Amino acid sequence: MVEKKKTAYWLTHLGLIIGVLFIFFPVWVAFVGSTVSQDDIIYPPIPLLPGPHLIDNYANALFRGGPEGYAGASQVPVIRMLFNSAVMAFGIAFGKIAISLLSAFAFVYFRFPFRNACFWLIFITLMLPVEVRIYPTYEVVANLGMLNSYSGLILPLIASATATFLFRQFFMTIPDEMVEAARMDGCKPMRFFFDILIPISKTNLAAIFVIMFLFGWNQFLYPMLLTTDPNMKTIVMAVDSMIPTGDDYAHWPTVFASAMLAMLPPIVIIITMQKFFVKGLLESDK
Amino acid sequence: MEKRVVFKGWKLPILLVTPQLIISAVFFFYPSGQAIWNSLFLPDPFGLKTQFVGLDNFKFLLTDPYYLASFKTTITFSILVTVSSMLIGLYLAALADRLIKGSGVYQTLLIWPYAIAPAIAGVLWLFLFNGNIGLVSWYLQGLGYEWNHNLKSDQAMFLVVLASAWGRISYNFLFFFAGLQAIPKSVIEAAAIDGASFWKRFATVVLPLLSPITFFLLVVNIVYAFFDTFGVIHTITSGGPEQSTTILVYKVFSDGFVSQDLGSSAAQSVILLILVGILTVVQFKYIERKVHY
Repeated sequence: MVEKKKTAYWLTHLGLIIGVLFIFFPVWVAFVGSTVSQDDIIYPPIPLLPGPHLIDNYANALFRGGPEGYAGASQVPVIRMLFNSAVMAFGIAFGKIAISLLSAFAFVYFRFPFRNACFWLIFITLMLPVEVRIYPTYEVVANLGMLNSYSGLILPLIASATATFLFRQFFMTIPDEMVEAARMDGCKPMRFFFDILIPISKTNLAAIFVIMFLFGWNQFLYPMLLTTDPNMKTIVMAVDSMIPTGDDYAHWPTVFASAMLAMLPPIVIIITMQKFFVKGLLESDK
Repeated sequence: MEKRVVFKGWKLPILLVTPQLIISAVFFFYPSGQAIWNSLFLPDPFGLKTQFVGLDNFKFLLTDPYYLASFKTTITFSILVTVSSMLIGLYLAALADRLIKGSGVYQTLLIWPYAIAPAIAGVLWLFLFNGNIGLVSWYLQGLGYEWNHNLKSDQAMFLVVLASAWGRISYNFLFFFAGLQAIPKSVIEAAAIDGASFWKRFATVVLPLLSPITFFLLVVNIVYAFFDTFGVIHTITSGGPEQSTTILVYKVFSDGFVSQDLGSSAAQSVILLILVGILTVVQFKYIERKVHY
């Protein structure tokens, strides 16, 4: 660095710490809220340090859902919704990766009739976020009898070419000598795919997995429309339904415990797989 | 760019692309086609039959004061979210880039909110500004400032922008930080030797070098503000008060699912489709250029 002045150094840290505090602030309040009683919250201001009810609140949310008489009271236990979210997120991540790996492999390593047409058909799906075709997609899922099912939650969301595009980009950077050598050794295409291509794509696979898992876990509008059975709700939409509309009251400790549980898995994934996440994000350019 | 060496055969590759083609056909092309088709029809109030109305749904939308207001709301909202989250992201990235040690720690501390769903971010900020019990609104009340985003549209807009931008800082920070780290230190040192101050260097050397990233982020953040903020709007304001935070995506939802006005909702989808199309083309042009830097 150019300047080495002490004050400038500390001011830099100060600026960053203020930024970090701003980022942490709402989550800290939510964490505190998940450790205190309902009374601590409804008689403001909410304390700024955690209280003694952490285990109660989380156990309540996880295994019993919200208490009676509050918004979203007929909730199923949060653990069930965490499970639904996990199935959906893993399903979307693995589903997308599976179909995209196969089609990217075909596009890069083969010449076949209608290759360009297929290519454009798939790539045009990059254009349209799911939010735009909400109603017709809802109808398709309903007509296929997939409302309130995991396949209904997963399949519509893997119809996008993001991952295909990324794998294609990556396969293009693999030296041609690899295929030449493989072909010379009489290696069949699928053998090449499983024994060479997938192992050398490992970091890219991890990166795309993280991005797709987050995408799946954090879906809100789709699960909201596609599920009416409380047992099929995902955690993100469940937290929203615990917030009162109209005259209901929210049971805030349950809301906060559930919100914390909804944030925890994706945050853990981002932090433990930070290297892959950063790589995935910077390269995907979404 | 094409591979020179490829495998022979055409049956296998067609088999390989089939799963994705089927999924795309069923869940992308068919629904998108339906959206376009429905936008040309008007269902009667009982939903028993529909009547072909050509472009009337579009004509109606483009003269509908509520739709035009929603357009304006979306633009205001997107500009506020994009500009504020990019400025804060850039500011933090510039600070982190000045550190020789410890910038990695700050990166970890700053990027995790990317993992938080917009709907959850909405719930967190909603509580902080919740009428009687929210921490921030309670202190504002103490200072004599009346906070009620359920009645005051400017406060509602402020709150949805705050919640949306908060979750977006991580993303912008990460890209700006990577961009800054990629600038050779010698370039900046040369400017320093010429006597340029930090801010002068930042404005005349660093910012121009960051312009491709800035442009990319501009497009991506606008797309985010247009589409991905649905959860924030739904949890905090549900589009209110008096539709003052009803962005276009929220209107597609509320007209289609809440009011069951399918023709109009479909026409709105088509208009959004065109908007995304334009943004994507702009973005692709950028990626094309960036590939060989």
